[in-house]
Parts: sequence; C-alpha cells; structure tokens
Amino acid sequence: MGSALFFLTVYLIYPILNTAFISFLGRNSEEFTGLDNYWYVFTNPDMLAALKNNLLWLVVFTSITVSLGLIIAVLTDRVRYEAAAKALIFLPMAISFVAASVIWRFMFEFRPAGMPQIGLLNALLGTLAGLEPVAWLVNTGVNNFALIGVGIWVWTGFCMVILSAGLKGIPLQILEAARIDGASEWRIFWRILLPMMRTTILVVATTMVIIVLKVFDIVYVMTNGNLGTEVIANRMYKEMFNYRHFGRASAIAVILLLAVIPVIVSNIRRFRAQEAVQ
Amino acid sequence: MTGKLVKALSRSALHIVIISICLVWTLPSFGLLVNSFRSRRDIVGTGWWTTLKTPFTFTVENYVEVLTGQTHGKGKAPDSRRSILGDIITGHGLGRAFLNSLIISIPSTLIPVLVASFAAYALAWMRFPGRDLLFILVVGLLVVPLQMTLIPILRLYKGLQLAGTFLGVWLAHTAYGLPYAIYLLRNFFSALPRDLFESASLDGASQFVVFYRIVVPLSIPAIASLAIFQFLWVWNDLLVALIYLGGTRDVAPLTMHISSMMSSLGENWHLLPAGAFISMVLPLIIFATLQPYFVRGILAGSLKG
Repeated sequence: MGSALFFLTVYLIYPILNTAFISFLGRNSEEFTGLDNYWYVFTNPDMLAALKNNLLWLVVFTSITVSLGLIIAVLTDRVRYEAAAKALIFLPMAISFVAASVIWRFMFEFRPAGMPQIGLLNALLGTLAGLEPVAWLVNTGVNNFALIGVGIWVWTGFCMVILSAGLKGIPLQILEAARIDGASEWRIFWRILLPMMRTTILVVATTMVIIVLKVFDIVYVMTNGNLGTEVIANRMYKEMFNYRHFGRASAIAVILLLAVIPVIVSNIRRFRAQEAVQ
Repeated sequence: MTGKLVKALSRSALHIVIISICLVWTLPSFGLLVNSFRSRRDIVGTGWWTTLKTPFTFTVENYVEVLTGQTHGKGKAPDSRRSILGDIITGHGLGRAFLNSLIISIPSTLIPVLVASFAAYALAWMRFPGRDLLFILVVGLLVVPLQMTLIPILRLYKGLQLAGTFLGVWLAHTAYGLPYAIYLLRNFFSALPRDLFESASLDGASQFVVFYRIVVPLSIPAIASLAIFQFLWVWNDLLVALIYLGGTRDVAPLTMHISSMMSSLGENWHLLPAGAFISMVLPLIIFATLQPYFVRGILAGSLKG
C-alpha cells in the first residue's frame, strides 16, 4: 500500500496541483502573470482553431462511433458468424494509433489527376465514380474528417462490444412478446431496444467524449496539426516542446482537466451508490 | 409466399451489409500487409491491389532493411545471415526499437500489477483509517488526463537525471497505470466470498499468506486481463515515450521510431508498411490467442489517463 501511495502522490497528485499553479505563472514559471495564459488559450487564433476542431471531433466522432457501434451490434446479433465479424471490427483496438495512422496514410495517398493512384480511396473514386482524386490530408475541407475517420475506424469496435453486451442483457421474453403482438423489427428497435439500452449508450458516449478531449497520436503523426487540423492535446505538446512556454502548456492541461471533472464526479457518485447497495 | 420472399431478401440484405462493413474494416490493414511485401518501386508506383495476380512478385527486403536500418544485398557483397541478425539487435533500425519496446513494456507491466495487487488487497480486505477516502481518490484519478502531470514530472526528472532513461519511463507508466489497476483488482478482490478469509484467519494464516495462497490464485483471470491491457497500453503508447525519453534513437520504442520515419518525408516511405506490421505483430498475437482476457481488459480500462 505504501508504494502505491508513493506513486499516486509523486506522479499524480503533486503534479496536478503543481500544473494548476504553473498555469498562473509565466513562460519559465518565474513570475506571476494572473490569468494571462488562460486569456491566451481562449483568444489566440491557433488555440481557437484547436478548440474548434476538438468540437468537430466531439460531434462527428462521438455520434458516428456510438451509432455505428450500435447498428453493428444489433445487426451481428442476428447472424451465426457474429463472433468472427465482431473480432474483425474490434481488431484495430489492439494496434497503436501510430500503426493505424500508417495504414490510413496509404489509404489516403494522393497523386495528381492523370497519374496512377496508389491510395485505395482515390483509386476507387476514379474508377468507380469517375471523380478527380482528393488530397485527403491536405485539402482543408476534408482533412479533419479524414483524421476523424481514422479515429472512428479504431474506436467503433469498442463501442460495438460494450453495446452488444448491453443488448444481450435485454430479456428475450420482452422481445418475443413484442414480436407476437406484431411489432415490426424497426419499431422494436426504437421502442424497446433503444430505451432499455439508454444507460449503456450514455456510458459509451462519455467514454468517447474523454477520448476526443485527449486525442493526440493520430493528429501528431498524420499532420502534426498543420493545415488546420490542430487539436488541444497536440497544441499543448507544441507549447511545451516547440515554444517552451510552460505556463501556457499548463493552462491547456488545466482546461482538459476541467472538461473531465463532470465525469470524475459522476464516477465517484456511481461508485458510492454501488458501495451503498452492498 | 411473398412473406417468405421478403424474408429471404431482407436476410441477404443483412448479410451484405455486415460483410461490407467487415470488408471496410479489414481492407486497409490487408492492403498495408500486401504493400509491406512489395519492392520499393512497386510501392511508390502502383496500388497494392495491382500485385494480386500471378506471377506474384513479393519480397521481404523491406523487412530486412527496416529491421537493420541498412540496405542489404544491393551493390554490396552479400551479407551472411549472422551479420543481418547482428544488425537487427545492435543497429539503428526497427530491430533495436522492437527491443526497446520490450525493455519498456515488460517492467512497465510487471511493476504496476504487483504494486496494485498489494494495494487492492489492502483496500478490499484490511481495515485502516482513511481507507474509503483513499479508494475514492483512486476512482477520481481514473480519468485525469495525464497531460496534467507531464510538466512537473519532466522537471523533476531533469533534476534527478531520469529524463531519457528507461527507469524514468518504467516509473511513469507504473504510476499512470495504477489507478485503473487498483480499481479493477480491488473490485474483483472484494467480490470474493468473505468465508474464505474468515476460515483462513481462524487457521492462523497471516495477511500475506492469505493474499498469496488464496487471493492471487483465485484472481488469475482478472490479473491476466489487467496485465494484457497494461502491456498493450505501454506497447502502443507514444505520448509518454515522447515526453520522457526525448529524441534519442537509442532508447526510442517502435511507436516513436515509426512516427519519426513518417515525418521524415519521402525517403523511407517504402519501409513504413513493413515497419507498421512489425509493431503490430505482438498485439495481433495477443489478440488472437488471449481474446477473452484482452476484450475484458480493454473494456474495463477504456477511461484510463
């Protein structure tokens, strides 16, 4: 117990307090600068772009991973090769974001129109739809969506597995009773499955929100935040190592912490409720 | 009659949808695998699907080159197998990075699992003041972004000369892994039947004997899930390595090495597929052989730092 306490104090509790303190100090933590760093975080154009992109991630990534995960869970529940299909979709969870980024770099690869395309997406676009190739990672209209797509590819399997477990928890009698009453599958999905899985969906969505706040590897490796793809966590890394402004980097970290505080509070509440039951 | 037809049609639609989703999920990785066995000229010049016809023209030269960090065979005297092996281990290629990843991941898995099991046992079955408060603290720390800790610890490490060392990374991963590890094991331990402990203490067994002889053997599935989760988390980590190891190639794990290959545009492009697959080998083996533990560990630990 002593050793655990040592690690938690030195590596988590002390640094959290220290970072909060540093966020009110200047570049090298030598002078008190009040709220300057926070002012910077919410007014600097690059920071605002990062915040905006995290918001885009939040909306697109969360809604698609959760809904696609749910759809796949419901669909695979009806076929015999469920386990195999789910394993394939869950597989990307095992590999690093760096490896996933390499995989998708090759999918997104762009050659000017007229040259043979070596990226599958542009090749399909050309041969199937007869469209011009798209510079997925460069074109500022699509590059954020391309990065979010990689995230979706990695995390949908996670949502699917949890939602699938929730789905299996619904008593079969309820579904059968509804079917005997002549309810269509569509109606059963909206009127029975969805309401009964509300809590599970909420848990999964919360998890995705936390993932989005901290998203770093994919952006760092694929574009390093250039061409309008910056996100908060990558921005903090840059403040720390490229610009060496520890006050600003700390302020960004504090923002991240503030964003997860509601989750921390609800985790503790849920835990206390569980303990009270036992 | 029409009812049957509609049913058959909707069944086939179902299969088509599921199989296409599976294809979308698998094709990118499959394409990379094919690419990793193609020559430099082919990778740069044409799409991987053009290779999927006879005669096959696959080669392993990318793997040799990326592992050793040197081009073998071209223009040079043919190397013996022994010197290739030597280059893999001592060179500046991915072979070295693979070794670094192992050196980082194994202690970073064993230490937190060990520390967490003792702590979780104490939190579940021993009585001491502040116990509940301590566990609430652990629950609270579960989702704290580790970004909050980077700057103070890096400063501490610079002072103690731990920056850029494996020891520094082991300790950091241990600490970052602990809240989740303690949380998971404590919940598992406290669900064990109380009778076990009462009869053991009647027999005069010490706390350590109870822990070692009763709790650990009964908790192997939970400990396995935890160990697999922690191992993969460390193996796949980029941020912690970037921060505490700095830029040196000698200590860089696979993720760092590959990400620097990706940013040095162009010249190493043809090595990326082979490199990425080398980094995926171990996770894929674990996934294939230990899937139930793997899934359980990931599901419970998703909220971690």
